[in-house]
Amino acid sequence: MGAGDPLGMSATHANAAGMGGMRAAGDLVARLQMTRGMRLPEAKRYVADKLGVGPSDLSDAPTMHEVRGELGLGRICYGGAALYPDQPSAMEAKFRIAEVLGIPVNCVERFRTHARI
Amino acid sequence: MTTEERIPTRLGDGSLLTLTRSQMQADIEAGVEAAVKRAHVPPLTAAEADHLLDICASRARFSSVDLGTEVVLSIDGTGGQLVAGRQGDLLTFEQYLGADIVELYHMDYSFKAVKTVLPFERQSLKNAQQALTVPVQYGAMPDLGRYSRPDGPIANWSELLPLGRIAEARAAQEEAAEMAAHDITFVAEGVWEAGADGIDLDTSGAAGDADLLAALTATREIRGRCPDMGIEMGMASEMVLGMHGELEWQGARLAGLWPHQQVKLAAAAGATVFGPAVNVNSTKSLPWNLARTLTLCKPCCEESQIPVHMNVGMGVGGVPMAVRAPVDAVSRAARACVDILKVDGL
Repeated sequence: MGAGDPLGMSATHANAAGMGGMRAAGDLVARLQMTRGMRLPEAKRYVADKLGVGPSDLSDAPTMHEVRGELGLGRICYGGAALYPDQPSAMEAKFRIAEVLGIPVNCVERFRTHARI
Repeated sequence: MTTEERIPTRLGDGSLLTLTRSQMQADIEAGVEAAVKRAHVPPLTAAEADHLLDICASRARFSSVDLGTEVVLSIDGTGGQLVAGRQGDLLTFEQYLGADIVELYHMDYSFKAVKTVLPFERQSLKNAQQALTVPVQYGAMPDLGRYSRPDGPIANWSELLPLGRIAEARAAQEEAAEMAAHDITFVAEGVWEAGADGIDLDTSGAAGDADLLAALTATREIRGRCPDMGIEMGMASEMVLGMHGELEWQGARLAGLWPHQQVKLAAAAGATVFGPAVNVNSTKSLPWNLARTLTLCKPCCEESQIPVHMNVGMGVGGVPMAVRAPVDAVSRAARACVDILKVDGL
């Protein structure tokens, strides 16, 4: 994206055009772009098929909040009722992401090796 | 004197100005023409120019893409490293700012500098991966100038060129490119072994064609050593400067390349994401700068085989060159790139 003050730049781009990261499924689509070089329509279709949703659902935060919870893909935690200590998060969630998307996740592979699992 | 309503917009330096819709249309036509004339690319279609005019001529404080057409955000240089610390910055962007990809970086954003502190960077990367869910890449600049005296060991080509010592200046750049490619590869392999999802070669070509040669050489080497690593090649400007002038990559002369030509070389070298950059003219209006940006990058987005993440940070991609980015202009730039260029990300 490029440099700039977080509210004027990053938050603005996120609200104007972003998929929402973990609020929705932007991080999952990003993984297909990074590791497979897939262009956006193909990457969205791939992830949508794996999650059993439509491509336009991938940037819909309420829908993806439920899907991420059901599949254990990690959720945003911000306090109050949105705390999920009994669900996968961070590295645990990335194990699930690798499995559900069917792609290798580098740090997950290294975790397996280091933990000898 | 016209009675046409005046609409607020921005200059390329971020300051407010008002233009009529007709004046905006004239600026868009001039911006398109500037791009066509320089890069020999097709103009925007009438429908695309009209849509850009609608985006620019709105009085709304904010503009956005249609539901369902959102794109991936790779946030190079994530966070300012002053408030929350580096890992805290990454978490903040993941948890609160909707980042799809975050990027760990050293404040001295240069692979040459990072090489000297790589063990610390590797540990920081590993720690971050234990705490985050979204992809974490590592980023820095090829920064070829750092290899010339007085900062580096090689003769300074910027001093040699004005003296007419062309052959020596070229040899110096070739030597620097070899060193830079080695350092970039060394850092990339190091962070990959620590668990990074990807590497970002940011502002490639900033020091000209030799700088881009270093980035392409490193990309090919990284792809060979780390087949599943994400490699983002972000550019520094719309056209590659010919500081050397004779360098080639797989038969293509690097000097003078435009985005649609740059992306093909990046993909062939092994990059998985390409970031074109178009610098803003701070004395021209937002409609002019956006029209020029879109026209220059449209062939790139149409012809690319890999995802295109347009650079839309401070002073590039139509976003004004202003420390405090004006939200109205930034959101219009984002929407225009998605609606008209069909970018894969920003």
